[in-house]
Amino acid sequence: MDASARAEAPGRPEISLRAARPRYGEKIIKGLLVLAAFVSVLTTTGIVLSLIEETIVFLGDVPVGDFLFGTEWAPLFNPPSFGVLPLVTGTLVVGAIAMLVATPLGLGAAIYLSEYARPGVRKTIKPILELLAGVPTIVFGYFALTFFTPEILQALFGNSIQIFNALSAGIIVGFLVIPTVASISEDAMSAVPQSLREGAFGLGGSKLQVTTRVVFPAALSGIVASLVLAMSRAVGETMVVMIAGGLQPQWGLNLGQSMETMTAFIANTGKGDIATGSIAYKTVFAVGMLLFLITLVMNLFSIRFVRKYRQVYE
Amino acid sequence: MTDERQERQREVPERGAPGVRLDVHHGDSAAPGVEGVEPKLRAQREAVFSLKEVTVRYGTKPAVRDITFDIGETEITALIGPSGCGKSTLIRCLNRMNDLIPGAAVGGRVLYHGHDLYAADVDPVEVRKRIGMVFQKPNPFPKSIYDNIAFGPRVLGMEGDMDEIVERALRHAVLWDEVKDRLKTNAFGMSGGQQQRLCIARALAVEPDVILMDEPCSALDPISTGKIEDLMLDLENEYSIVIVTHNMQQAARVSDKTAFFTVELDEDEKHRTGRVVEFDHTEKIFTNPSDPRTEAYVTGKVG
Repeated sequence: MDASARAEAPGRPEISLRAARPRYGEKIIKGLLVLAAFVSVLTTTGIVLSLIEETIVFLGDVPVGDFLFGTEWAPLFNPPSFGVLPLVTGTLVVGAIAMLVATPLGLGAAIYLSEYARPGVRKTIKPILELLAGVPTIVFGYFALTFFTPEILQALFGNSIQIFNALSAGIIVGFLVIPTVASISEDAMSAVPQSLREGAFGLGGSKLQVTTRVVFPAALSGIVASLVLAMSRAVGETMVVMIAGGLQPQWGLNLGQSMETMTAFIANTGKGDIATGSIAYKTVFAVGMLLFLITLVMNLFSIRFVRKYRQVYE
Repeated sequence: MTDERQERQREVPERGAPGVRLDVHHGDSAAPGVEGVEPKLRAQREAVFSLKEVTVRYGTKPAVRDITFDIGETEITALIGPSGCGKSTLIRCLNRMNDLIPGAAVGGRVLYHGHDLYAADVDPVEVRKRIGMVFQKPNPFPKSIYDNIAFGPRVLGMEGDMDEIVERALRHAVLWDEVKDRLKTNAFGMSGGQQQRLCIARALAVEPDVILMDEPCSALDPISTGKIEDLMLDLENEYSIVIVTHNMQQAARVSDKTAFFTVELDEDEKHRTGRVVEFDHTEKIFTNPSDPRTEAYVTGKVG
């Protein structure tokens, strides 16, 4: 008996499996959601394309080897010099100092909140910590320049610290990214199933052993993600490094002196009245492209790491 | 294997009361054994736990109330009863696992070889070294099989060759032949039954005195359950085992003594509190219980 014959069999009411009415709302919502997803994709694509375009023009004027491996950055001088390494080291040094500050403090706060704090304490402290992330970075910048450098660093180390210096900028950027590390790491550790903690306590583990040997490794992928995100923020941070770190490129590692970073150079050059199409204008894009590539590599690394070490409990 | 077990059996008496030290305090060492009271059944053993009017509260409401019975050394004691009657709450008192739950408070006395587990100077970490636990759902750490077993011995700083300790624990849990070629692979790759036996092996690796099992087979299929029951019977001569189970056949098959719990409602019928109805030899509970409620439950008329 074929399907149509069966449907028409006597005594059986007719069955319709079609929708009672078309679901237009469903289609509209779907369209809006697709649009929302594509706006960010298109923005990223547009940024990359504009960077690439100007960077190609720039590299037509300046040999790529001189740009990437030169150690003197003086694009506005006469004769100009386009060695970007001092900006790269400035950026990486500030980022490294920031992470040296943010990693222990941020992870310490995360471990305390997730494993040691009573629920009431956690509910109070975590929002305050996250509030720190909402303070505008320019406030951090002036805090570094007008308080941290003169009152703390110069009081401790005297004349070896100049008023614009990489150390102050790096430390304050570190404070700036503590909430990023603490909040995401705390989420990752809180997500570790309680059954794992119980298992470890049941074997006679102390609180510290359970935390460091079970909870921390189980949350490692989230913790590393928080650190990479913090590093990306530190490398991309502009205001603090421009205000407190100064604008003097340095090919060296003297932390007491000014060290211009890539972001500080871009912001400072972009705010001046430089002519569109001039060589100074093009350097902004070339440095921006390089910065984009550095953060891209860091993000790719973090995605791979997180995928490799992600634990699925179940 | 056999030699090993005999050797361990010889150690058992030494692991009893005189050697116990939970703290600097060294009080009256053991609860008195009640020898020869019930000549028909096997001789009463020394109590590893003595519960005296134990009441556990979460907040202000008691979850279990006035629990009094003794748990014998190297016996299997089963706790049975309907859901919500406080069996898991009670078993978690025996190694201070309830400390991890905010608001949980234990009243009455829980004596372990005569020592009050809730005395002010008792360190819960010391307690849990001696009293291991296996949970309802297998909870291997997200580490290799080897590292799961080695975790306990490492945190306790146990002496000896770690490879040997791991092998001994896995052989003891009858898991060695199944996993010896993949000790370095992640424990999450094992089946549920293997994971649970790994958790038992992990508990055995620290050479505890007592093993608490909170519904260890409820997430497992009958074959894995059978393997774990065989394992419990193997371990019975060396360890005191307390098991919470919903499976009455399991209690009847493996346990020497059984405590039957029930739920009582308070006056306004809002709050449920667990009580022990009857505690006796398992044969008696299942064949000739003294309380009609026990009989109704074990014959499947209620619950």
